[in-house]
Amino acid sequence: MTLAVRVIPCLDVADGRVVKGVRFQGLVDAGDPVEAAARYAEQGADEITFLDVTATVEGRGTMLDTVRRTAEQVFVPLTVGGGVRRVEDVDRLLQSGADKIGVNSAAIARPALLTEIAERFGAQVCVLSLDVLHDPRCPSGFAVTTHGGRTNTGIDAIEWVRTAIGLGAGELLVNSIDADGTKAGYDLRLVADVRAASSVPVIASGGAGDLEHFAPAVAAGADAVLAASVFHSGRFTIGQVKAALAEAGVVVR
Amino acid sequence: MSEAARPVVALLDYGSGNVHSAAKALQLAGADVRLTAERSAVMSADGLLVPGVGAFGAVMRGLEAVRGPELIERRLAGGLPVLGICVGMQVLFERGVEGQDETEGLGEWPGAVDRLEADVLPHMGWDEVRVPDGSVLLAGLERERFYFVHSYGVRDWTMLPHDRIPAPLVTWGEHGGPFVAAVENGPLSATQFHPEKSGAAGIRLLSNWLETL
Repeated sequence: MTLAVRVIPCLDVADGRVVKGVRFQGLVDAGDPVEAAARYAEQGADEITFLDVTATVEGRGTMLDTVRRTAEQVFVPLTVGGGVRRVEDVDRLLQSGADKIGVNSAAIARPALLTEIAERFGAQVCVLSLDVLHDPRCPSGFAVTTHGGRTNTGIDAIEWVRTAIGLGAGELLVNSIDADGTKAGYDLRLVADVRAASSVPVIASGGAGDLEHFAPAVAAGADAVLAASVFHSGRFTIGQVKAALAEAGVVVR
Repeated sequence: MSEAARPVVALLDYGSGNVHSAAKALQLAGADVRLTAERSAVMSADGLLVPGVGAFGAVMRGLEAVRGPELIERRLAGGLPVLGICVGMQVLFERGVEGQDETEGLGEWPGAVDRLEADVLPHMGWDEVRVPDGSVLLAGLERERFYFVHSYGVRDWTMLPHDRIPAPLVTWGEHGGPFVAAVENGPLSATQFHPEKSGAAGIRLLSNWLETL
């Protein structure tokens, strides 16, 4: 029996709408997130990820409603990230129907947040999301960034992965800032290095542009592959990604 | 199915995180769902669903706060169906071992819940299961995958055969080694995986269960 590699569409959500465009700038309305999530689940998505890119307090409340409506009609796991600062934020999202919560900047600012989440809700809820940049000044060659890649923290990404797992992270969403938006393929060295340092599941993110890009990420050690724009633009469907993976000998659902 | 024919399922309300999906999945499968821990409502329901996420000890404390163990045992004593999901299945065993913490479970089945031994934990994602002949819960679902998310499990089924009690049907999963993925034992059923997160296959499993109520 073999665990299937998961294919995960990621939706950027602001004020209750799916948005696309360069992160946080020039956002374009791309529809209702609940409908989009249901459509992806229908196509065979193994999980759905919402990234809350709302900047306002009102928008956060809207997000809870979006999560609630999604959980009521989409029967695959739902991960929500973006703007999660405190354990109370996690509690509200879980109560609304999220299954897993992604934390990023807040965990860098205060790593104990990971332990608080894991102790209260279980490590399986606690997804550490990392935006990673090539940086030769770091021993591993990779640095962790915040603010969607605009601020380099100077923290070694692989060191941070080890620390975060020790603190309670139950899964890693590894997004390559270098590859993000290039459609030139996942950063395979990054995936392999994180896999080698990690005892928890690894989701590869950033760079998917062609059907041939997914299997190499799995070969590099990813347990799941995440993509956004290629699905939203209709470039290909979840089913086509799974067919391409299966053809390459990867077990999918 | 007419509204009147829908079996009533009590979804045990003891503060277990996400119950939205479980409630909606049961509705979709054909149930009339009541989120409750009120004794008469729990006892009069056609089925009782016990959800559970997080740590074994925390789930047991939550259940005890609403006299959940007593409600479950009273229903079983009357032959009334109960379905446990994820940690809601794990607490049906004798005990949970998480690090140095050992917590007593309901002891419906012998054995301990302890940490799986695998290269990657949690066991997270869609996996296959080995369904025994005669399974009602998984009838027609032998080739489906279900969504698992857990680091702990029951790795040994130690219940001895009994000449007056039919042997429970055990469905096995595998991650680093075999573990119990589902049990069907008279009125008591349980799954380690999440039917409410397993798409169409999960809804079908829930409707299989509803048909037994």
